[in-house]
Amino acid sequence: MNELKKTILDYIRREYIEEGDERELKTDTPLITGGIVDSFSMVSLKRFLERKYTVKIPDADATPEVFNTVDSIVKLVERLSAVEV
Amino acid sequence: MATETLPATFRDVMGAELGALKAAGLFKEERVIHAPQGAEIEVEFPAGAPLKKVLNLCSNNYLGLSSHPDVLAAAHAGLDRRGYGMSSVRFICGTQDIHRELENRLTEFLGTEDTLLFSSCLDANAGVFEAILSDKDVMIADRLVHASIVDGMRLCKAAQDTFKHSDMGHLEEKLVEHADKRFRLVITDGVFSMDGDLAKLDEIVALCRKHDAMVFVDDSHASGFIGETGRGTPERFGVLGKVDVITTTFGKALGGASGGCVSGRREIVELCRQRARPYLFSNTLASVIVAATLKVLDLVSATTGRRDRLEQNARIWRRLLTEAGFDIKAGESPIVPVMLYNAKLAQDVARDLFAEGVYVVGFFFPVVAKGQARIRTQLSAAHTMVHLDRAIEAFRKVGKKYDILGKSKNEIVERYGL
Repeated sequence: MNELKKTILDYIRREYIEEGDERELKTDTPLITGGIVDSFSMVSLKRFLERKYTVKIPDADATPEVFNTVDSIVKLVERLSAVEV
Repeated sequence: MATETLPATFRDVMGAELGALKAAGLFKEERVIHAPQGAEIEVEFPAGAPLKKVLNLCSNNYLGLSSHPDVLAAAHAGLDRRGYGMSSVRFICGTQDIHRELENRLTEFLGTEDTLLFSSCLDANAGVFEAILSDKDVMIADRLVHASIVDGMRLCKAAQDTFKHSDMGHLEEKLVEHADKRFRLVITDGVFSMDGDLAKLDEIVALCRKHDAMVFVDDSHASGFIGETGRGTPERFGVLGKVDVITTTFGKALGGASGGCVSGRREIVELCRQRARPYLFSNTLASVIVAATLKVLDLVSATTGRRDRLEQNARIWRRLLTEAGFDIKAGESPIVPVMLYNAKLAQDVARDLFAEGVYVVGFFFPVVAKGQARIRTQLSAAHTMVHLDRAIEAFRKVGKKYDILGKSKNEIVERYGL
């Protein structure tokens, strides 16, 4: 697993998983439709990504679909990082 | 005809969306009540069915005042003395003496500096954040706050963040993370409506003092009965006067009709009076409700008998459910969730309880987290021991049918799935 995926997975575990919740979290685990992250609390994940990877995520990209798995989030960050560079 | 102006596909698209709601089991049907609100009501369900007398365990009529004769008399007198409607917003020609009187009484009751009435607490929550915060500020909310707070926050330009439910360590991390903001407002419900647990308000106030942040509490499920004299969660946690903004409703314990308020620091309330859009652009609270709410405040201030009875009922009901072998959320409020975990099971149990004469509702995702389906029972001071005995008998019978009595979460999930 690459560093980017690991960092985002670690953040999601720390930020969203409640103590005692033993659900396995993988890069293809549905976050929004799986009830781990809701649209209300998604904003802290967006801010984390923007600060950590110095990218600006446009509102059009910050959708529940894109934020639904770590895999699709990684694709978004990689695309935006490439644009920034 | 109006229908001719609809885009040809509109009915098809909307029909498909309604069909999808039905297929997902999320379609809500109203049960029509043919009686005043109370511990026992006559219900028509499904539509056209003969009326059924049931015990009501799902209303917010916590103090049993919704149909109290003194409240009804005050409403009638208010109607006679101040009329039916004002046909105006507050600041044009919609403020009567009794509106000001109620605001002053609420300020005294809640232990704050000033109060502003709204048509509902939903309106109060929709208006307050935008009125007092700007893009220089941040709102940090508990993740389980009421939907109306979420909507209100979305209307405000301040940055948004959330903390894990009642997790004080996580809240402090957020307060530190946002230390660069002009103002930080920590937002919580006083009593959380789905779990029935109380915010750790003393700890939240202490953290906010430490980090120079402000505290907002929606006390809709607490005003009138939580705390020794029913002043709400600030009284319960010994922080009366230390909460910067309180919103609450008159639509639950305090008479149950409608209406709400923002109460708190003088400048905050005054800014709401100047800027809050639901206050500026929506009609004044009806005089009849104002008059009745004044009477409710008289009643709850004169004696703690009703809130004491409610507290006792909640304690007895929690004990009865536990002794019967149900898995309930621990707590001290009159909201007592019976955990069933599986959405279909929650709906089936609620339906069978209705057949047994007990009116409760099953809640499941997205109203509560996935795998946390439940039946939310709510106690009232109007419930008697006879009512509670009848209710537990029905719960035992239905619980036995589904073989969930004495079963752990794992055993229920193993049998019914999540």
